Amino acid sequence: MANGDSIVGRGNAEGARLFREWFSELTDAAEAGRGGAYVFVMGSVAELLRCFDFPIVFPEVNSLQTAVRHVAHEYLDEAEDYGYSPDICGYVKADVATQLRGGRLPMGRIPKPALSICTNACNTYIKWGEIWERTQGTRAFTLDVPGSRAADLSPVRGDVALENDRRYVLAQLRELIPVCEEVSGVRFDIDRLRESLGYANTMNRCWARVLELNRSRPAPFNALTDGTIYLGVSNSLRGTEAGARYFVDLVEEMEYKRDHGIGTATDEEYRLIFVGVPCYPIFRRFGELFTEWGGTFVNSTYLSFASGGANAAFEYDLERPLESLADGLLHSVRNAMDSMFFQTDTLLRMVTEFAADGVVYHPIKSCRTVSTGLADTRRAVMERADVASLYIESDMMDRRVVSEAQLKNRIDAFFEGLASRKHQAAAS
Amino acid sequence: MAYAAGVDVGSTQTKAVIIGEDRRIAARSLMETGSNVVRAAEQAFAAALRAGDLREEEVEFVVGTGYGRYKVTFGNTQVTEISCHGRGAVHMFPRTRTVVDMGGQDTKAIRVAPGGEIVDFCMNDKCAAGTGRFLGAASAALDIPLSELGPTALRGERPVKITTTCTVFAESEVLSWLGKGKKIEDILLGVHQSIAMRSAGLLRRVGVEEEVTFTGGVARNVAMIRTLEERLGVRLNVSEESHYMGALGAALFALDHVQASRAPAAAARRAG
Repeated sequence: MANGDSIVGRGNAEGARLFREWFSELTDAAEAGRGGAYVFVMGSVAELLRCFDFPIVFPEVNSLQTAVRHVAHEYLDEAEDYGYSPDICGYVKADVATQLRGGRLPMGRIPKPALSICTNACNTYIKWGEIWERTQGTRAFTLDVPGSRAADLSPVRGDVALENDRRYVLAQLRELIPVCEEVSGVRFDIDRLRESLGYANTMNRCWARVLELNRSRPAPFNALTDGTIYLGVSNSLRGTEAGARYFVDLVEEMEYKRDHGIGTATDEEYRLIFVGVPCYPIFRRFGELFTEWGGTFVNSTYLSFASGGANAAFEYDLERPLESLADGLLHSVRNAMDSMFFQTDTLLRMVTEFAADGVVYHPIKSCRTVSTGLADTRRAVMERADVASLYIESDMMDRRVVSEAQLKNRIDAFFEGLASRKHQAAAS
Repeated sequence: MAYAAGVDVGSTQTKAVIIGEDRRIAARSLMETGSNVVRAAEQAFAAALRAGDLREEEVEFVVGTGYGRYKVTFGNTQVTEISCHGRGAVHMFPRTRTVVDMGGQDTKAIRVAPGGEIVDFCMNDKCAAGTGRFLGAASAALDIPLSELGPTALRGERPVKITTTCTVFAESEVLSWLGKGKKIEDILLGVHQSIAMRSAGLLRRVGVEEEVTFTGGVARNVAMIRTLEERLGVRLNVSEESHYMGALGAALFALDHVQASRAPAAAARRAG
């Protein structure tokens, strides 16, 4: 076992290294003229695509990287000059500009889209896929994953609707395989799928464990900042040996930190839950606006839906890989969608299990899918739990709608309220 | 007597309030913020000292609030104007449970606990429509002083419908109504109703619980009070000091610090 010094902070450092390597491989593939499989974080089917040696491209991850690196506005401006409206999703527009630039990004270069797989978890995915189809002749495949019929509905095996849904997803995967073979020129090998699913099992199990370990006080990691790094690995290396090893190590790190009472870099005064997508244009500063007050994000719905539901820890049955992949896809994507559309009960559980002092809702201009229901959710949670909440709006890409002064004012007032609550609780 | 002060550096005006241990206002001042925020804070505080015939040493603690709160360089600490307006409103009207603060570029809806602590709040985002700036645009377009807007609007009988959501475009819309021959009174009543509608929306987001207290510079506008009351269906508490409510709340927080710092000394004296 590694010693404490080499364990603490390893997840962040290794995550950054793996991320650089992944991008380096994408750049090599682009330079070699290979086409990529473009997928999205909710329902990437990366486990299957690994069987065909596709370079896997996550346009959402590329776009958010332009914001983190403070160049998103250049990409957005270019797409808007091309004719896209300021109201269109910033992720889409950054990708439009990336394609206009021949796949060039600050982190490297991405291959052209040879195949796109778009789930219905976000309706923009499908329209986005149509852009590549129209402009680059990309082979587009829509994967229709039926959502939950109602909140907190967990049908068990044998339920008629569930069985129908499973068969429906499986049939689509059976349609997808020949498409992948045709585009890649590689024959499907079920043993390769079995291997990839095995790695994904380890990653899913570890991801759920990592999230669970943040119930400790102090929380071993900040779900807004550190969590986003782990999330990047969860998506980009899904179904790989390197990804599985990373997550095993991450569990070790978090258990070590829990056992030794090691929290995040700042003192934990308030435990918070984040709902929505981070403010990437001022990512570091956005986090500091909370940590300066001793606020630590102990969990985030982003770590659920943007991990494609990996947090649900679905265990693939390696004896029946394809059927199990269909089950897992249905289960995980549905979980991801539920964590956006049926959040209330999930949040109430999080508040209790993670002993949260407050919930921060962050709707963003770019994304109706994740933002539309937040006002209702906030109201519903407040009616059922005595927990402070903050509702702040900005964007994950567009700095024109990110006003740090306005954000700070609201965040400061939120913490003043939390301090007052704490003071009163201590007095009583 | 010990004194405490609050300095509220707003986007358009800076207010200073000095209170005594009896929590009464000893002095206050108001001036345009202008481009030098640090100087505005200093001058407002100095003016309040002069108005109260007080020396700076007599003021034991100063809290800065408002957007420029970190520019109150002589202040001891900062508190957001959200907390300060809540505190000030409850001090003036102890049964206050909801506060609407309308300032130069912000409108805030604040729900408060009986002690003045913030339960929830909501503010306009990214846009000055529904704030004092909207009235400023109308004032400029119609060439009527701000102080005359309210009384003029109250003479309106057939308010026009202001539909734009942008303060800049509102000016054009006002001019277009003038071009269509509408009376200035009716246009202004429409402007006030438009702002009231937006503010009521913010208030409903936090929940309108009586009593409702109206604070901020725009609370001096009689038409704004009337249209907001009509929209909400409740009567509003409005104080003569509404404009100073943020600075008053800041001064009350400052007085808390003064009293807290004395408590250990007093306890030691009692023990001795």
